[in-house]
Amino acid sequence: MLVYTLRRIAGLVPTLFILVTLSFFIIRLAPGGPFDQELQVSPQVRANLDAAYGFDQPLMVQYGRYLAGLARGDLGPSLRFKDYRVTELIATGLPLSLTIGLAAAALAFLVGVPLGVYAARRRDSPGARVLMNVSMLGVALPGFVVGPLLALIFGIYWPVFRVGGYEPGEPSFLVLPIITLALPVGAYVARLTRDSMRDVLQANYIRTARAKGLQPRVVLWRHALRPALIPVVSYLGPAIAFVITGSLVVESVFGLPGSGRFLVQGAIDRDYSLVMGMILVYGVFTLICNLLADLAYGWLDPRARVA
Amino acid sequence: MSPGLRIALILLGALAALALAAPWLTPWSHATLDWQNLAVPPQLDASHWLGTDRLGRDLFARSMQALRISLALGVLATLVSVCIGIAWGATAGFVGGRTDTLMMRFVDIVYALPYVFIVIILSTLFPRGSLAALFIGIGAVGWLTMARIVRGQTLSLRRREFVDAAIAGGVRTRGILWRHIVPNVIGTVIAYATLTIPQVILFESFLSFLGLGVQEPYASLGSLINEGAQEMESSPWMLLAPAGLLTVLLLAFNALGDGLRRRLGQYENEQ
Repeated sequence: MLVYTLRRIAGLVPTLFILVTLSFFIIRLAPGGPFDQELQVSPQVRANLDAAYGFDQPLMVQYGRYLAGLARGDLGPSLRFKDYRVTELIATGLPLSLTIGLAAAALAFLVGVPLGVYAARRRDSPGARVLMNVSMLGVALPGFVVGPLLALIFGIYWPVFRVGGYEPGEPSFLVLPIITLALPVGAYVARLTRDSMRDVLQANYIRTARAKGLQPRVVLWRHALRPALIPVVSYLGPAIAFVITGSLVVESVFGLPGSGRFLVQGAIDRDYSLVMGMILVYGVFTLICNLLADLAYGWLDPRARVA
Repeated sequence: MSPGLRIALILLGALAALALAAPWLTPWSHATLDWQNLAVPPQLDASHWLGTDRLGRDLFARSMQALRISLALGVLATLVSVCIGIAWGATAGFVGGRTDTLMMRFVDIVYALPYVFIVIILSTLFPRGSLAALFIGIGAVGWLTMARIVRGQTLSLRRREFVDAAIAGGVRTRGILWRHIVPNVIGTVIAYATLTIPQVILFESFLSFLGLGVQEPYASLGSLINEGAQEMESSPWMLLAPAGLLTVLLLAFNALGDGLRRRLGQYENEQ
């Protein structure tokens, strides 16, 4: 298990290296530069700007410098937000993004699993049918459709929660974003749980447990739930990664000052170092989540460890 | 044919027909401004079936133009990803050995990168709003799943007698791939491709919602939803029309893909 874990961690390095290299060169190839939106500047000023940020050097030299900076944990200066380092900018938004993301993931699993178990238990009841149809809607609809609709209903027509004009430390602003983000994940978790629970409930050992007279409740929660959760837990990693990238949309819909806007604004402004920094931070996060999911899978299901 | 599949097909046919016929159903185009009717709700008087936006542009015309882009992009980008996926997957699966390992290792690595980022990076490569960028960006990630599925199918097909027979009969590798492998995987590929289309549409809307996709004067369902969300307090129809349209479109494609896959499963069980 330890060797396997170490090997998987080592496997992250080439993937990350490819991510850095690919994004570095592709962004530099893009037409337009970060200073194109400046007012007309004299060639001398422009040359000084380029020299200050190292853009007068050959591309390979810039690449080498960037890698050297990375090794020291420095993502370089932002090109559009003057006098800010990229790490500082990302650090201002990341706590909010992470709070929303992790709360949404927790909500999705805490609600999705019981609902899935219910749907598997009472398979043909009208309640389970409605639940599964609603979950199909939840899986299919993107956050940028669900978010504005929720804001319209619960923020404007029936103002239960506050929307727009975010004030830090006021949790009422975060409820709808978290629900929006949790909905597709929760719906998918409910469907996964339902499917695997249904299979497990047909297994021989469940029949044995019932035959020896255990209460249905005990059979369900003690004997059936754990193996039924294996595919659900292995979805945890992709789900968290999804939620982190999904916060991009939710932050934009609800006007929250998370870090997602830096990625989009950076791409539009050609702020090379900001885009690179965001891609790296979010990329590392995604890769770690996927790794944790794979490890959790091996831990839950002994059969998977050998492979 | 299951009722779900039938409803999905009818719905998609109707939407496609509506999108194509739209220029004859409304006097407005996606870019004309109607200064007399700024941000008016749906009405029959000036033939604004779905109302207008803040600049007086007809929402029905804009939604239908967005639907045309979504459908065209969805189908074309899926075709591109299917072609690359089949070629890549069938070659890797059939040739096997080190070639297979290398080719699938590449797929694994690209797969591990968050695909939103790949597309955002690629979208910076082209002038803003170029549809080519959307194609390449979406196609570049869409074929990965397809390649994996095709490879899996090819691996099991390669052990079948008719492939041995073809090899024994002296057919070249390329001939076997084209005449024996590809026709046999096409059913599975079509079922998955119908699930790829809504993903492509979703992706295009997502990018346009963020302002990185389709640009003015053209509309995308994503950019319409973004504009609508900003005006929803005073003019909710600007949000509800594109959001409703996208919802129906995505649900119909998902139902179609699920239905086709289920039918395929039945067919394979019967064999």
